[in-house]
Amino acid sequence: MLAKSGIAALLRGLSVCSLLFSIAANAQDDPFAEYHEMMGDDNPAIFVIEEGAELWAKPQGPKQASLEQCDLGLGAGVVKGAYAQLPSYFADTKQVMDLEGRLIYCMESLQGRDRADILRKPYSSTGDMGTELEALASYIADQSMGMPIATPQNHPAERAAYAMGEQLFFYRAGPYDFSCATCHRQSDKRIRLQNLPNLTVSAGAGSAYSTWPAYRISQGLVRTMGWRMQNCAKQQRLPQLLPGSEAVVALIEYMSVNGTGTEMAAPGLKR
Amino acid sequence: MLKTKILLAAVAVTALASAYGESGLKPDAKTVKAVWRDSMVAKNQAGLDRLNQTALEKACSNASDNVASDTEREQLRQAATNSVVYPADGKFLGDWQRGEAIASNGKGMQWSDDPNKPNGGNCYACHQMSPGEVAYGTVGPSLRNYGMRGRSEAMLKYTWAKIWNPQGYRVCSHMPRFGDAGILDEQQIRDVMAYLFDPNSPVNRK
Ligand code: HEC
Ligand code: HEC
Repeated sequence: MLAKSGIAALLRGLSVCSLLFSIAANAQDDPFAEYHEMMGDDNPAIFVIEEGAELWAKPQGPKQASLEQCDLGLGAGVVKGAYAQLPSYFADTKQVMDLEGRLIYCMESLQGRDRADILRKPYSSTGDMGTELEALASYIADQSMGMPIATPQNHPAERAAYAMGEQLFFYRAGPYDFSCATCHRQSDKRIRLQNLPNLTVSAGAGSAYSTWPAYRISQGLVRTMGWRMQNCAKQQRLPQLLPGSEAVVALIEYMSVNGTGTEMAAPGLKR
Repeated sequence: MLKTKILLAAVAVTALASAYGESGLKPDAKTVKAVWRDSMVAKNQAGLDRLNQTALEKACSNASDNVASDTEREQLRQAATNSVVYPADGKFLGDWQRGEAIASNGKGMQWSDDPNKPNGGNCYACHQMSPGEVAYGTVGPSLRNYGMRGRSEAMLKYTWAKIWNPQGYRVCSHMPRFGDAGILDEQQIRDVMAYLFDPNSPVNRK
């Protein structure tokens, strides 16, 4: 699907990280473009996607159940296209949920696992192997590849989540007086060399939203949208933002609705 | 702790959806703050008190990036101007080399940063300065050749005030209040000032 087997073997054999350091050294302008040139459309996330597919089908927890009956919004067990329609309102929890929040819910309800346990380490640290949540998110996002973002706004709670997301986005606080908008309300701006998408308009929100989860070349890991939110809130000098929390869901709702229609291209590939 | 928090957050969603969902009204600042608070845990130096807003933060939390009322905007601007503490000994300029290190240092006040180390100024995140540093951001204007504007008392005072509290010149500025918020101390600001003004600083050289 993504990788030709030759490249796959190469990637398995080599440490992706060391490979990239040498590329970065001779292509200072854009190591990223260089990477693309060398790898084509191949994305090391392919292995993480495979792992996610295995984890989806693997019986786990006290109930020794797999996640195959998990309803991601399109009905129990339907994975194809589900990510492009999240977050959405779920009648069983009476909540708007994003993918990560929904997965945690399914691990609890279907597999009988303990929420606090699952949340002990949702995101890997650099140098780790990658977490279950990261693998599942990669697999599920990949199953919406090429489909337009179609986050529903039918249920009042979905519209409320959007309105909340917008207010959270502009909320300035903390010792640096930052809001999300400080860094993401203008087009063509950057912090150091990192381009900042304008998340208040459809082009910026669409290109940003459609490419997460993403394989981070510099970290050698897949990162999820929940991780991205946690990391940006950290740069905002705010406390630690929790996966699947109401603020994360509302912010994701705001960005995905703004990006409606853009074709999903996740897992993406980032610097 | 984490567990209760997550359970509480789940309850809050339902309650809020019914409270403001149907009305179509935008949620008020108090509700927005509660949602942030219920979605976070204090971590290292970043406590939940960081979600409390100053009057200025409150007034600038909107899509227009401005304060609608002229009176309020003028009050906030005045308060910011009054907040500036000029150096007691009248010395505005320190060591440009130390200033360069401060301008390049992006650390400071994140929960992953060591609170026992001095904060950086991270000026390069937003400003072009020395021609030798290509990894500069563009959120703020270029400060290249800043010293060419002269070193008059007025220029020094303007720049000091701008770094101490930029809200005195542009209410809702995107630049942090480095002095007023205690990000940089007086000596660090002197050093950064020298980086901007010293004729030998790379900021002012080709
Ligand atoms: C102090 C600056 C800053 C703040 C505040 C900030 N971000 Fe970011 N954001 C960045 C930077 C820098 C990147 C790019 C990171 C990279 O390339 O590694 C980024 C990346 C992103 C991306 C991914 C974009 C892409 O195309 O891959 C999203 C989505 C995002 N931010 C959302 C948010 C939201 C929502 C908030 C508020 C909760 C926020 N950011 C607050 C600086 C910030
Ligand atoms: C997060 C972004 C950001 C950071 C970090 C930042 N600035 Fe700024 N700065 C701005 C913006 C935006 C402006 C434009 C005017 C305004 O809105 O206040 C500005 C304006 C200025 C000006 C006035 C320029 C002029 O032409 O009059 C000076 C001087 C300045 N900054 C110095 C600094 C220094 C020194 C640092 C680091 C200690 C720094 N800035 C860090 C965003 C930033």
